[in-house]
Amino acid sequence: MTIIDPTDAVPAPRSGDDQKTGPLLEVRDLHVEFQTREGVVRAVNGVNYSVNSGETLAVLGESGSGKSVTAQAIMGILDMPPARIPQGEIRFYGQDMLTMSADERRKLRGARIAMIFQDALSALNPVLSVGFQLGEMFRVHQGLSRKEAKAKAIELMDRVKIPAAAARVNDYPHQFSGGMRQRIMIAMALALEPDLIIADEPTTALDVTVQAQVMDLLAELQREYRMGLILITHDLGVVADVADKIAVMYAGRIVETAPVHELYKRPAHPYTRGLLDSIPRLDQKGQDLYAIKGLPPNLLKVPSGCAFNPRCEKAQDICRTELPPLVPVTERDGAELPGRASACHFWKETIHG
Amino acid sequence: MGRYVVRRLLQVIPVMIGVTFIIFCLVFALPGDPIQALAGDKRADPNIAAILRAHYHLNEPLYMQYWHYISGVFRGDLGETYNGRAISDIVSQRFPVTLKLGLTSFAMEAVIGILAGMLSALKRGKFLDNVVLVATLLLISIPVFVLGSVLQLEFGMNLKITPISGIDKGWPQSYILPAIVLASTSMAYIARLVRSSMTESIRADYVRTAIAKGLPRRRVIGLHALRNSLIPVVTFLGFDLGALMGGAIITERVFNMPGLGGQLAQSVYLRESPVVVGLVTLLVLIYLAANLLVDLMYAVLDPRIRYE
Repeated sequence: MTIIDPTDAVPAPRSGDDQKTGPLLEVRDLHVEFQTREGVVRAVNGVNYSVNSGETLAVLGESGSGKSVTAQAIMGILDMPPARIPQGEIRFYGQDMLTMSADERRKLRGARIAMIFQDALSALNPVLSVGFQLGEMFRVHQGLSRKEAKAKAIELMDRVKIPAAAARVNDYPHQFSGGMRQRIMIAMALALEPDLIIADEPTTALDVTVQAQVMDLLAELQREYRMGLILITHDLGVVADVADKIAVMYAGRIVETAPVHELYKRPAHPYTRGLLDSIPRLDQKGQDLYAIKGLPPNLLKVPSGCAFNPRCEKAQDICRTELPPLVPVTERDGAELPGRASACHFWKETIHG
Repeated sequence: MGRYVVRRLLQVIPVMIGVTFIIFCLVFALPGDPIQALAGDKRADPNIAAILRAHYHLNEPLYMQYWHYISGVFRGDLGETYNGRAISDIVSQRFPVTLKLGLTSFAMEAVIGILAGMLSALKRGKFLDNVVLVATLLLISIPVFVLGSVLQLEFGMNLKITPISGIDKGWPQSYILPAIVLASTSMAYIARLVRSSMTESIRADYVRTAIAKGLPRRRVIGLHALRNSLIPVVTFLGFDLGALMGGAIITERVFNMPGLGGQLAQSVYLRESPVVVGLVTLLVLIYLAANLLVDLMYAVLDPRIRYE
């Protein structure tokens, strides 16, 4: 693979001993805010997470919890202004991308970090053929000719299992079904075999049977290329199958992190517990489905203390005044639970009691 | 696509016959006597008048006159004026002027209009955007003859860089000022059209995707956003191409250019029905061609539109 005009500042591909410099991607204390007419919307308030090669991190949360904004900040596709990143670091192989020049970041986008969007119909350009849009990656980043790029595009469409790829390469997005379109989005993200893929609710717009196919394909390709994957979703069912670890977000903060199965077994935050309890289950047929009462907070006026306190059944006075930090969660006897943390004053009661 | 074009071309025939007939009737209905008009203030000599009337079939009923005319057209004979001048002569003399003027202003309004609109959309709310907005408002509201006279005065009289009127200097010198005047209003409309459609498409999801693909900004704007913004603009440009080819009565008058517009106005005034019908037929053909071109451009710009 030849990358035209490689810049020294751009980290070398994963293969060598780059792994020593730290995780593939590390987000540290990231803040993002938007200037609006009504005031400053604090969409992301100090997010920390990291992903390694071959690992899948699921970021879970309601609409407006800041999960997509965090992803867009990582990709560098936020509209600035109105968005602003007042503090924080986004380290890719140890190097802070927020201090890079615009052109250095552009060369990382698509080539080293790629993104899969939610609604493939609007995310693909309606007036350009899919072959052109796929081939564009090779033409711009690798300087291939039109013809070579088209051959590569067909290869990619084959790889994401689009039937009759060679015949369909000149078709336009509206001529494909929803599932096929999402496969094209995946193919586009995979084109240059990036180190990290961010999938922003990749299956939300699809029906359930197609969802499973698309997730399986994504998981399979991720294993094959040993990519890091950040999977943004609000679908707990999708997460359980493919994720290695989970970060739950609420009002622009991470409220709980845990390895995937631990989280389902023993949530350490009342919000996570609420999310899990609101999954419909066959063995509870006939009973009322649990719902977290209230609405997600207005990000112009985040409640003081713990942002979840107005909706939390266990809220005490301290929850209304003091912001709970994200602290490591341990067993009852103090034994460490690696990878687990919770931002609740009463995490002990929640997990153990 | 090929079948579609053939079908559209076949549609031209009935449209042509209908249009020429309607125009023929309208000119026929005008009051006054064209043969008497040849004689001016004096009374026309009855013998000569009778000969002329017979020669031009003016004594026959309307449908016969039309038949003489249309059968001539199909034989490639556009007829002659009441002065005995061939109409094909007039067209071949006047049309090149209109063509040069029309295409020059078409190029101007398309290029400048689209660029100004893009610039305005990309710098939305900034100084440059406001400059474009005020300038287009001015261009739309200033009457053509005012703008024409001001340009003549400034560039022709004071600065002496262009001829004031006439076409003696040929293309491009003699055509620059009239083309600017003729293009001004449409240019302003196009700039505003591009501004609004571009503002919409630079916020679209597919533009965000293009940025996420790591494409350079030029490519994101110039290819991904622009392709989608051009669809409404092409509609307007196609319509305007037809209008420009029809000659520009006021601009031609201000700059004293022998184009089709002036000729058409004069012929209507003199009740020369063969000339009027001949010129209008030509203009209808041009309109139809421009329309077909626009419809084909749609299919190129937007693959969701397909003609079968």
